[in-house]
Parts: sequence; structure tokens; C-alpha cells
Amino acid sequence: MKSLILIIIGGALINNVVLNQFLGICSFLGVSKQMKASASLGVAVIFVITIASAVASLLYDYVLAPYGMDYMKTIVFILVIAALVQIVEMFLKKTSPAIYTALGIYLPLITTNCAVLGVALTNVQSGFNFLESVLAGFGTAVGYTLAIVLLAGIRSRIREEDLPEPLRGAPIVMIAAALMSIAFMGFSGLSF
Amino acid sequence: MKKEMNQYVERLWNGLVTENPTLVLMLGMCPTLAVSTRAMNGIGMGLSSTAVLVLSNLVISLLRKVIPDQVRLPSYIVVVASLVTVTELLIEAYLPSVYDALGIYIPLIVVNCIILGRAEAYANKHGPGLAVMDGIGMGLGFTIALTLAGLIREILGNGTAFGAQILPKTMEPIGIFVQPPGAFLVIALFIIIMNAIGIKTRQRKLVDGGCDGCCAACAAACDKREEVSAQ
Repeated sequence: MKSLILIIIGGALINNVVLNQFLGICSFLGVSKQMKASASLGVAVIFVITIASAVASLLYDYVLAPYGMDYMKTIVFILVIAALVQIVEMFLKKTSPAIYTALGIYLPLITTNCAVLGVALTNVQSGFNFLESVLAGFGTAVGYTLAIVLLAGIRSRIREEDLPEPLRGAPIVMIAAALMSIAFMGFSGLSF
Repeated sequence: MKKEMNQYVERLWNGLVTENPTLVLMLGMCPTLAVSTRAMNGIGMGLSSTAVLVLSNLVISLLRKVIPDQVRLPSYIVVVASLVTVTELLIEAYLPSVYDALGIYIPLIVVNCIILGRAEAYANKHGPGLAVMDGIGMGLGFTIALTLAGLIREILGNGTAFGAQILPKTMEPIGIFVQPPGAFLVIALFIIIMNAIGIKTRQRKLVDGGCDGCCAACAAACDKREEVSAQ
């Protein structure tokens, strides 16, 4: 039980997917302009990464590993993730239009988010079982959401400031991310 | 003939300078930030990506009349993922030290925006010769930017360049530069310098565009997103 909780905390805080492993930087910098969009994307990412980790883990354990097709995992995972996002999108559209309107527009963006593939591959490399993979995926996605929502908050403050011209736009966002990353390094002291 | 030659040289120059994928187009940020802790890692990652990019441009350019337009993105992903798997296995077999240093970022070349971006923006509209040159130019531009970032981080954070001691041993290196925050700081510095000397980057579009702006594959998603929000 304790090790399962540690997997979640480790994924969310200690090895933060954006600030420590640099996965999903594109959307982290691109979408964090507005708080509302960031939060919606964050929820969509939690949704997709958790499901993708579960499916990738099952596929690996029951199809790829028994038949010695370990080397196919990159191709299989990327296709499964792309298909999965499509299915999730169609499913939501049909069953719960409310969630679809909130998340739907962010779902296609996630297909090319390297965090999803990154988590699936890391889970396999760490030799996680099904439950551990799902929890690691969930923890990582929570870490992503935390980082993007925090950055959106910082950026809403930065917008009011009178910055020197060369710093405007991406550089100041990167510097804010660097400071956040320094703060998150403090969590490495949490590793038990 | 001469004009034809110029076209090929122009592709190289375009990738290295005019549209440098990392510094000007701001594509492929994830690997740039992640593996630039050492200059050697930058070269390893850059050249692996270049190999994949050149081959994927070649294959996609050759197949451009065969692949139906509606399923082009999945087709490109399959082509790129196969090439990445081959590259990964070759690196694992022949360059184990590079494999250990780059780790999970080698399979993640699949989702490197530069590769799908070039397939969508260039290779599917041009002949194989030009597409290969475009791949070489873009790949080397990426390699140079990565190596430069790696070099700066390695000198500041570790006192070495390509593994050789550069700064005097008495000088304490600034450890933070080889840690994750250093990556953000060095790339921010690059963009500040480019802004200050007046080279236009696409970063304003990236940051203010609202949509991800990250790559051609996203661009397809972005169109869809705008359609949805317009409704």
C-alpha cells in the first residue's frame, strides 16, 4: 500500500513530468496562457494518460511481452494512444455531451503530447504491473495538471507587468518555469 | 543545372539558419530541454533525430502520391515510428553509452514535432532529393542548437566541455545548470538574445496564438478545435 502511494507522489511531485522530465513542454508553454483552458486541458490529460497507461500496460503484459515483441512497443503504443483518444472523444460525444464540450476540444491536442507516450514507455521500463502503471499514469498526469495550472496563475500576473522588450513572450515564461522547477526540486528530499 | 543546385543549397541554409527548427521555429522543445545536459548528449540526440528525419522525409516524399490525404497523419506516424525503432535498436547495439545517456528520449523521437512537422510541411509536397536535403538541413540545425545548449550547460554547470576540463578546478561550477531548471534558463537566454538582436522567432505565435502551435500534427487538431469552438 505504501509503495503504491509513493508511486503517485513520485509521479506528481518528485519526478514532475514537465518540470523535471520535460515531457509535454509544447502544450505546457502553449496552453498555459489562460487559467480556464489550462485546467480543462489538465483534466483531459489526467483522463487520457490514466486510460492510456492502463491499456498500454495490458497490451504489453498480455500481447507484446509473451510473444517477444518488445521492440514493437513504440509503434504499438503510439497507434494505440492515437486510436484511444479518438474513441474516448467519440464515446464522450455520445454519452456525456457536457464533459465533451468541456474536454473535447483539448483531446486531439493530447495525441501528440509526448507525456502520454513517455508515461507508457516509462511504466514498461520500470517493470510496473497493471495497478502500478495506472497509478503512475494518474500521478504523472496530476503532476502535469498542477504544473500547468500554477504556470497559468503566474502568467496572469506577468501579463500586468512592464517587461523589457526582449523578455516578452516565451523568455519570461521559460524563466518562470525555471523558478517553478527549482521549487519542485525541493520535493526530491521527499524520496523515502 | 546551376539553379537546381542552388535549390538544394538553399534547403540546407534554410534548415541551419533561416528556419532553424529549435531557435527560430521553436519546435522539438522537449528533447532540447531534456538531453542538453552535456554537449555530447546534444550531438547524440541531434544526429539520431537527423537520421530519422532524413529517412522519414525520403520515405514520405516517395510515398506522397500513394498515401491518401485523409489518413496521411497516421501513415506518417507509422513510418516515423518504424524508423525510430530501427534507430533505437542500432544505437542500443552499437553505441550503448549514448543509449544509456539518452534513455527514454530515443523512442520519444516519434513525437518530436520537427519530424512530423517537416513531413507535413515539406516532404509531402516535394521530390525525394529536395526532401532529403531539407531533412539534412533541419536535422543539422537541430543538432547545432542542441549541442550549443549542451555546451553552455556543461561549461557552466560542470566546468567541462565535451568531457574535458575547461574552467579551473578552483572555480566552483554552478550546479543548477545541469539540473532541470538550467535547461529552461539557457533556452530562455537564447531567445532573449535572438529577440535583442532582432531575429524574429515564431515564439509570439506559439505563446499568444492560444492554440498549441507546436507542430503540424497539432495544427490539424487545432483546426478541428477552432471549428468546435466556433460552433
